[in-house]
Amino acid sequence: MGRKLLLEHINEPGIQSFKVYRQKGGYASVEKALKTMTPDAVTEEVKKSGLRGRGGAGFPAGMKWSFIDKKSDKPRYLVCNADESEPGTFKDRYLMEHIPHILVEGMITSSYALGAKTSFIYIRGEYMYIVRILEKAIDEAYANGFLGKNILGTDYSLDLYVHPGAGAYICGEETALLESLEGKRGNPRLKPPFPAVAGLYACPTVVNNVETIAAVVPIVNNGGEEYAKIGVGKSTGTKLISASGHINKPGVYEIELGLPVEEFIYSEEYCGGIWKGRKLKAVVAGGSSVPILPTDLILKTAKGEPRLMTYESLSDGGFVSGTMLGSGGFIVMDETTNIVKNLYTFSRFYHHESCGQCSPCREGTAWLEKILHRLLHGQGKKKDIDILVDAAKKIEGNTICPLGDAAAWPVASAIRHFRKEFEEEAAALPAERNLELATH
Amino acid sequence: MAKVTIDGIEVEVPDGTTILNAARQIGGEVVPPAMCYYTSLKETGGKCRVCLVKVTQGSAKDPRPMPKLVASCRTPVADGMVVQNVTSPDVLEARKGVVEFLLLNHPLDCPICDQAGECDLQDLSYEHGTEGTRTEFERRTFDKIDIGDKIKLHMTRCILCYRCVFVADQLTPERVHGVLNRGDRSEISTYIEKAVDNDFSGNMIDVCPVGALTDRTFRFKSRVWFTKPMDAHRQCSKCCGKVVLWMKGNEVLRVTGRKDQYGEVKEFICNECRFEHKNTADWTIEGPRHINRHSVISQNHYEKIDLQNLKREVERQIVFQKGRQLPEASPNS
Ligand SMILES: Cc1cc2nc3c(=O)[nH]c(=O)nc-3n(C[C@H](O)[C@H](O)[C@H](O)COP(=O)(O)O)c2cc1C
Ligand code: SF4
Ligand code: FES
Repeated sequence: MGRKLLLEHINEPGIQSFKVYRQKGGYASVEKALKTMTPDAVTEEVKKSGLRGRGGAGFPAGMKWSFIDKKSDKPRYLVCNADESEPGTFKDRYLMEHIPHILVEGMITSSYALGAKTSFIYIRGEYMYIVRILEKAIDEAYANGFLGKNILGTDYSLDLYVHPGAGAYICGEETALLESLEGKRGNPRLKPPFPAVAGLYACPTVVNNVETIAAVVPIVNNGGEEYAKIGVGKSTGTKLISASGHINKPGVYEIELGLPVEEFIYSEEYCGGIWKGRKLKAVVAGGSSVPILPTDLILKTAKGEPRLMTYESLSDGGFVSGTMLGSGGFIVMDETTNIVKNLYTFSRFYHHESCGQCSPCREGTAWLEKILHRLLHGQGKKKDIDILVDAAKKIEGNTICPLGDAAAWPVASAIRHFRKEFEEEAAALPAERNLELATH
Repeated sequence: MAKVTIDGIEVEVPDGTTILNAARQIGGEVVPPAMCYYTSLKETGGKCRVCLVKVTQGSAKDPRPMPKLVASCRTPVADGMVVQNVTSPDVLEARKGVVEFLLLNHPLDCPICDQAGECDLQDLSYEHGTEGTRTEFERRTFDKIDIGDKIKLHMTRCILCYRCVFVADQLTPERVHGVLNRGDRSEISTYIEKAVDNDFSGNMIDVCPVGALTDRTFRFKSRVWFTKPMDAHRQCSKCCGKVVLWMKGNEVLRVTGRKDQYGEVKEFICNECRFEHKNTADWTIEGPRHINRHSVISQNHYEKIDLQNLKREVERQIVFQKGRQLPEASPNS
């Protein structure tokens, strides 16, 4: 059994409540940090832990914290990114729904480290029921002296707010999130300046994912070095994986980074193998934005080494033969999956969610979707495949924010690894295709 | 001050200058095109992505190249920075892509568009686009909207540069409009209608790079290249009163602000000057306006050549051509 740091008490009856959470040792990190550590010492532990951002990009959290402009006389803010809208990703929901206090606790400890006096949890609008769960948890924390003025009798004070978005994927991009939190249209900002210098209300701000902030709790409790002992190389600690698709046991799993992908898919402890006794065809390992990999490349790297669930191993081989750990949205597809159809679903999503500020993403994402739609409905042409590849290349890297890349990578990788299927779609007669789609 | 090299040509500019403006100091071919940036409007730029350039050396202190192409209109220079615009095949390829994206849904109704002949998108596609189109899909359309009795919004032609949004934001006292919807369904909001009473709303027409916002008082009156632009001014209590009169014979067909060589108006004019004074007697005429000889508007439009100007242009071309042969411009970078 792998160690559990975040989900240790998930099956404890009543763990949603302050009382049970506290009995199980909750809020110890707040006591330890506020009473025995300086803010910089907390940041130091996070640095030592090697914790990397769990929102997708994997940027070292301690380093991000140390960029925050502490000389500025403006207020500083910590904003938790709970917008979780990446298809295939549902780990933050699970954590907030079942153990809301671990996020509240992480927010207090992290805000203390950053010197924030007001902090926000920005949550996607569809998670309205979780807003209520979090607000209840926050009320309990206020009532028990862990939030508000002079927390635990120290001179540190903090107010914590939950702010629901209106249901836009783009508001998960950190600068669009800040715009939205300020009450504006959620358009990504041009960077620089980065949030650490000019974030919320142009003040120094750190934006971190739910899981990143929750992980600060065990890091402060047990020390950064202890945390860093778990994992391989620069991938330290545990990670929540949202496993979905054609597996026997879909769900959210906490794994120790370094677990072999093969074990994750086939062992009884985790996904329990492919459903209906079928064979594995492909995996999207880190949420819909990352490149898809066929069976041979997801289980082993191009060099023939076993692929591990780490930032480095999954990206081994670059985009030619590798992918990314991303947000940990692990989507498994069995041998019956139509890759073109799957890609169409993803492309439709990115088209729908593009903010429309910059031309390559606004126009490009729509074009990708239209071409895939036509391919899938027997109207495709052979040249469509080359257009898809070329258009994706012209979006990638040329946009304001990474949504453009997120739309381009799945297209490029699906065609790279499954070109034959695209060619078959392009050659299929309309009537045949329609029948097939109708019966699927 | 910062020394930057763009396509092999060095220029010294004040700190904080953008790459685009540094390139404009050099002039000629090294200047990236710009469809959304507008010097006299704050916060514009960064959206259309036609001005993308490659930074092969970040600065003298940190010589690492920048990982992606950057929007030159919003990226400040650093001392020792080395930039490639027309000398980078990557930039040209990316720009070709952006032009294609901008044209995917553009109606290409130039033959009936008042902007034809002075349209930045036309110029851009001539210079940086390809001849054919690869799209076979129906194009996106919107209904035309009258914004008051003087301005027409033809959203179908819009490239969402946001310039008119910034005009409404910055030149008019109350914020009156923005963008509705998302992605390729975005449209300039009709709250813009409320801006119509404002004294400066007409500047939206001048800042629009395409024919999405046009002057209803000039609608279908004439192709611009059949009119003669004249610099003129009048005493105005609201604005600078410096305009261009677009004349046919003795008739003033339209009044606009004065655009510089990059199509930007530096001094905005009020609606009274623009819409209410279509009479030559209201104006002191300074003389014919200089129009770039590459423009279709310069057809049949003779003017005395300024020898000083010509000499400068030739010198610049020589420097520029030399610059293109410098080693920085090697094909493998
Ligand atoms: C289009 C887009 C959507 C994103 N959505 C999310 C999200 O839902 N949740 C999240 O934590 N990060 C999301 N991110 C990443 C954030 O921009 C940011 O990197 C992250 O919140 C930083 O937190 P971390 O360092 O703890 O990972 C998104 C990025 C992009 C470009
Ligand atoms: S890449 Fe897409 S989502 Fe990001 S700023 Fe540009 S248009 Fe908006
Ligand atoms: S002019 Fe620079 S992005 Fe539009």
